[in-house]
Amino acid sequence: MIDWAHAGPSVLAAFLASLVEFVEALTVVLAVGAIRGWRPALAGAGLALATLAILVIALGPALARIPLATVQLVVGTLLLLFGLRWLRKAILRAAGIIPLHDETAAYAAEADLLSHSPRRFLAGWDTVAVSASFKIVMLEGIEVVFIVIAIGAVSGLLVPAGLGAGAALLVVIALGIALHRPLARIPENTLKFLVGVLLSAFGAFWVGEGAGLDWPGADWSILALIAGFLAVALTMVALCRVRSIDLERLT
Amino acid sequence: MKRMLAAARELVALFVDDGSLAIAVLAWVAIATLAFPVLPIDSGWLAVALFAGLALILTKNLLRAARSRTRR
Repeated sequence: MIDWAHAGPSVLAAFLASLVEFVEALTVVLAVGAIRGWRPALAGAGLALATLAILVIALGPALARIPLATVQLVVGTLLLLFGLRWLRKAILRAAGIIPLHDETAAYAAEADLLSHSPRRFLAGWDTVAVSASFKIVMLEGIEVVFIVIAIGAVSGLLVPAGLGAGAALLVVIALGIALHRPLARIPENTLKFLVGVLLSAFGAFWVGEGAGLDWPGADWSILALIAGFLAVALTMVALCRVRSIDLERLT
Repeated sequence: MKRMLAAARELVALFVDDGSLAIAVLAWVAIATLAFPVLPIDSGWLAVALFAGLALILTKNLLRAARSRTRR
């Protein structure tokens, strides 16, 4: 029986976080495909996805052998660091203090870099193109693997969290095939903001559980934590925006 | 060796963007783990205090970041 207080936010967090990461990876894979050819672009991406799948299969069950309180504390702390880092950046971007991430600019920069890189071949493969595609999918994918394992394995929801991430991958691949250009219109900062809220809430919950604290309302307190972090984040966007305007007026 | 160091740096960067935020979060988690269980306070209130501390850490960090980045 699935506990929906955990499963709903877990699947949503895995889907949204993976969507953001795969959109960023798609930008570079598209640039590699357009400039150096689709064969090395898809080979590099495929190789990275296979490596990531092995990581999930190996690491997920391994966590089950460690005492639950230790896993909750360690994974909870890492989730807090990861989630608050995303949330902090998303708040500063939403407040206009740091610039928004621009997929079109990222695509142009990567395409420019690839068109000026020398072509080195190994057994008929363009190694620069394969490694560029492999590296970006691995880099973004490692974050997806961490999120899926962190929010899935601790609560025994590895499969639903993995399905959330898989659905995001399919959405991004489908959009990439249909559009053949970077997904610049996806509201990336809003997604990062929401994922930051969700991961911070999960992190706080598991740190509390790992420390032996009793959350009021047990598992349902995750929803209260999500509401709490969301309220703090929205207040901070408004406050940082006002503070930034005030300081600009003074200087 | 250089590649391993670069990979380790990228791994750390997944979790740490602003060093002071990371240190404050780790310190608060350590306090919650080591000191909270021995305090003579209801565990439910301590759980609420854990969230409140994290919210305060994030708030202070953001206000400092907003101040310093706007002054540049």
